[in-house]
Amino acid sequence: MNRIRLVDHLVLLLGVFVMVAPVVVAFMTSTHDAVDIHRNGLSFTWGGHFTETYNTVLTRKGGFTGDITGARMILNSLILGIGFAAGKIVLSMLAAYAIVYFRFRFGTLFFWMIFTTLLLPLEVRIVPSYEVMTKLGLTNTYTGLIVPLLASATGTFFFRQFFKSVPEELLEAARIDGAGPVKFFFDILVPLSRTMIAAIFIIMFVYGWNQYLWPTLMTTDERFFTLVRGIKQILLVWVGSNIPDYNEAFALAILAMLPPVMIVLIFQRWFIKGLTESDK
Amino acid sequence: MKRVQFSSVYLPYLFIAPQMAIIFVFFYWPSVQAIQSSFYLEDPFGFGATFVGLSNYSDALGSVQYQAIARFTVVFTVLVTFLSLGIGMLLAVKADAVLKGSSTYKTLLIWVYAIAPPVAGLMGMMFFDQHIGPLVKFAALFGWDMKVGLNYNDTAIAMIIVSVWKQIPYNFIFILSGLQSIPVSVREAAAIDCRSGFRRFWTMTLPLLAPTAFFLLIINMTYALFDTFGVIDVMVKDKAANNPITLVYKVYMDGFRGNDLGGSSAQSVILMIVVFVLTIFQFRFIERRVHYN
Repeated sequence: MNRIRLVDHLVLLLGVFVMVAPVVVAFMTSTHDAVDIHRNGLSFTWGGHFTETYNTVLTRKGGFTGDITGARMILNSLILGIGFAAGKIVLSMLAAYAIVYFRFRFGTLFFWMIFTTLLLPLEVRIVPSYEVMTKLGLTNTYTGLIVPLLASATGTFFFRQFFKSVPEELLEAARIDGAGPVKFFFDILVPLSRTMIAAIFIIMFVYGWNQYLWPTLMTTDERFFTLVRGIKQILLVWVGSNIPDYNEAFALAILAMLPPVMIVLIFQRWFIKGLTESDK
Repeated sequence: MKRVQFSSVYLPYLFIAPQMAIIFVFFYWPSVQAIQSSFYLEDPFGFGATFVGLSNYSDALGSVQYQAIARFTVVFTVLVTFLSLGIGMLLAVKADAVLKGSSTYKTLLIWVYAIAPPVAGLMGMMFFDQHIGPLVKFAALFGWDMKVGLNYNDTAIAMIIVSVWKQIPYNFIFILSGLQSIPVSVREAAAIDCRSGFRRFWTMTLPLLAPTAFFLLIINMTYALFDTFGVIDVMVKDKAANNPITLVYKVYMDGFRGNDLGGSSAQSVILMIVVFVLTIFQFRFIERRVHYN
């Protein structure tokens, strides 16, 4: 029995090594200077240039126009992540409330129309979506960055499932007490959904922060670059340079993964709940 | 639907309006446009479009390049799907089996989920770098001269490794929570009936995990088809000519780099059909799963 357990631990430790080591190496290497990395390769040890590298990456103005900094890209990523998560929650709670708690003309039709959006991810309709955005004049705006990503049904289904599991007696009691639909929503349903909201917020924030294709299309103005979108640009700058700034590239990668990783680690329980219960 | 419901003339419309408005403008309008422009040949300089029927489709499906990319996409999707599912399952079964440290392992194994595909791709570029990459040096120990970015097969292998690495935590989370929902009584009964842990896995655990595994199969396939865009875009660095790319990347290249709107739209519609079929499978299956629960 003991021998088997030892094998289990070995497999798990190997798994942990494969998953964690690349990120540790990336972080450690980012604290060395570029020449050092060029000469000695990636490193498992502390290099001592942490402050300089991260300071440069965060504050140096770069890009072609020269007015984009790492800090600005972090701000843009936060706007996208939080704006997307908040927008998703508001829209989908309202829509799910209408679908579950009201009987109205075209209700079923609306439900199926929302449902259909699950069938086609943004990636298969990027070119026409881009055209629509240029027609509306929304390229290089935060609205253009966030709102089109909201056009999917994931959140709506999540809240629909949850609202359906709320006991009927609550609504009956509320109605006897004379609460109307608006009051019932804000005073009873929203407080009841707090855990659900937290769980979906975490999932959606990570999703929004990590968006790549859509920001790449929508933002040509560097002032609107998110961190994840900026990565491609960083790589392009390298072409032709003698000693690439490996340290800065790694530092940006670490900064780009830090907020979503921290959120997933800190709110692990809610994160797993949101992920496994929303079924995508 | 609820037994007790509100009745109001305008409120439900008010509640559902924002969502419907966004879906109309940003989902239905572009989708219809994609289908429409797939039947037209757009002038590259913007002087109108001519109706060409299905020729965009036959051009795409008939081209040798498209077929090669489609073949690579299938190989890529199958490998990424099964490798990440297999490794995720192995780790989840082991994490479920150990008594001590299970939650520590869980924490350490899940957080890579939060890393964006292009960030994973950037790290992959470094680890497979000609000059400083440790994985290239590792391959050299076996006499394998890896040239990621130059050699088609080497780039493909690097892309698959990065994509699988990024997707393992997702599979791990779902399979572990599936395992933990197996009742203790069932496990104990199985342990009494069968001493071999390996046989127990095949005859008891795996059938009980089948719904989760099937769900993950579909999710992994959509991941490999679409979400890996970031990995590919970073790793081929705009030099797609002799590097492996997937069908979604070709839609992007033709639409934005090649300005072939009709051709790109036709490819979009072909992909839409693929996703459509996959999703129908998924929903039929989820329905059945709910039914048996």
